[in-house]
Amino acid sequence: MAKAKVTPPEMREYPVIPVLKPDAMKSDGPFIAKPMHQEPLNFPGELVDNWEEKAVEKLGDLVGRYRSLRVYLDSCVRCGACTDKCHYMIGTSDPKNMPVARQDLLRQVYKNYYTPLGKFFDKMGWEWGTKLIGAKKMDRSVLDDWYNYYHQCSQCRRCSVFCPYGIDTADISMAARDIMDHIGHGQKYCNEIIAKVYKIGNNLGLPEPALADTLEGLEEDLEDETGIAVQVPLDKKGVDILLVTPSADFFAEPHVDGLMGYAKVFHEAGVSWTISSHASEAANFGMFIGSYENMRRISLRIREAALDLGVKRIVFGECGHAWRVAYSFLNTLAGPFDFLDPKYPVPQHICEFTYNLIKEDKLTFDKSRNDDMVLTFHDSCNVARATRMGDFPGGQFVIPREVIKAACNNYYDMDEDTIHDLTYCCGGGGGLLTDDLMELRVKGALPRMEALKAVTEEHGVTHLAAICAICKSQFTKVLPYYNFQMDQIVSVHQLVSSAIILDGQVTDDDD
Amino acid sequence: MPTINVKGSDVAVDEEGYLEDLGDWNEDIAAHMADEDDLELTSEHWDIINFLREYYDEYQIAPAVRVLTKAVGKKFGKEKGNSKYLYALFPYGPGKQACRFAGLPKPTGCI
Repeated sequence: MAKAKVTPPEMREYPVIPVLKPDAMKSDGPFIAKPMHQEPLNFPGELVDNWEEKAVEKLGDLVGRYRSLRVYLDSCVRCGACTDKCHYMIGTSDPKNMPVARQDLLRQVYKNYYTPLGKFFDKMGWEWGTKLIGAKKMDRSVLDDWYNYYHQCSQCRRCSVFCPYGIDTADISMAARDIMDHIGHGQKYCNEIIAKVYKIGNNLGLPEPALADTLEGLEEDLEDETGIAVQVPLDKKGVDILLVTPSADFFAEPHVDGLMGYAKVFHEAGVSWTISSHASEAANFGMFIGSYENMRRISLRIREAALDLGVKRIVFGECGHAWRVAYSFLNTLAGPFDFLDPKYPVPQHICEFTYNLIKEDKLTFDKSRNDDMVLTFHDSCNVARATRMGDFPGGQFVIPREVIKAACNNYYDMDEDTIHDLTYCCGGGGGLLTDDLMELRVKGALPRMEALKAVTEEHGVTHLAAICAICKSQFTKVLPYYNFQMDQIVSVHQLVSSAIILDGQVTDDDD
Repeated sequence: MPTINVKGSDVAVDEEGYLEDLGDWNEDIAAHMADEDDLELTSEHWDIINFLREYYDEYQIAPAVRVLTKAVGKKFGKEKGNSKYLYALFPYGPGKQACRFAGLPKPTGCI
């Protein structure tokens, strides 16, 4: 695969804190949303006239609405624990990518307008005082820094794990993006996609006829492969399960191989299920832009589909941030889900669904079918640090690995400082998976690529498995920059799909 | 609005070089875009570009990778029905580069 012209940083023998390069990543930031991307989300089409005032007003609204945000802005003691924990800081050496510096871009404005000292100095016009407490008036240079550097945060929350006060940089970056959207200065990638969800039902803009055609094709492929009529139903009423999965699962590789894995698991479990064309998207970019209203509007589509189709359960496919929205917020955003069967978790992750069947010994695997691979698992940040899976602590780490191990003979973890809740972001999360941020994406992947290289050399690992559509697409793009192959990233349920032997399936070995 | 100049006429494109108006498309535009990417369009490229346009005409979206590889495999031989073949033709990816040459909008989402 050819590459955009980005020079990846050198892989390091052992992790060192990079020497800072001020303004290394200073730029105009990603493409700005046009009115046609802004307006369907109820944001002004372009930068409003009195945007300085409006931005300060919106910040006041947010710190009033979210106590957490005010605490994060008030409580930093500048201890420095977070400084070298960000993959973008490590990959770019830009000091404004130190989480504390990123937070300060918003914090300086908060101090100026919403703290007693800041207000006092501002009123007196005492610039020395404003400077002393690190406050700053809202102006164009502040806005430009916000736009650039809040789009260099993938909201992965690794820094928060190390912060002694638990300050959540993701929340701050979401708040900044929300403010920018409200003054008409949104990001094209995220807002164009959300507008497509409203208009068509998914991030891709895949209309119902194209979705139906695509799923029919998958059914043919499944039957060709297994000799069994495994179904991939669309808009089927009265079934047990509504599957909500990222639309990338219909469209891209290796995502689609995972979708075929879910279909085989549902078939083998003997449950009836369907995909909905109305809620044909698990992703919820409303979270990336910190917009409660848009996050809710997207979530409600799932509720509407579940009611309309009369399902008893909701299962989510492999999508990282969707699982955060689903696991942590769905009930308050779109609940109550009292119309679903209370015997099952609302919602349930596909990995948990498969894991339970494995525990009950209901699936048959021929692990040797994956013997051409040695696997490792990339914990996706939103799953690892913002959710759980199953009914025990750490389930979100254990369950995907147990599913992989049930389907594969060869598995090794990466270094313990780079997995579980210390996992490094793939470099493309949080609404940054766009070509106009390719340099950032390549550089931000550095720590994950180093950990992968180490496990490759030590244990002969050949493939990286993930349960997030963004991670899968990001790795497909950035692996080649680090001398790996684009197809070294696989879906967890792709491994399940390769190894599972369906009841009645005639395999090559039987021939 | 950015434009590209193809044989003396200006054609509107977006920031990433995708046609603003699908109706503006002609073969010269595809050839011009390929030239800018240091690619020369062979009949194999045109087969893909034409298929993309036909599919878009029917479904208002580019085909999913698997739909594309399957159709290519059926039409032009099994050995060509895989993404390796498509990436060899369109190194920036069939989803993005080939769609741009075909005048289609850029596919969006987690892809």
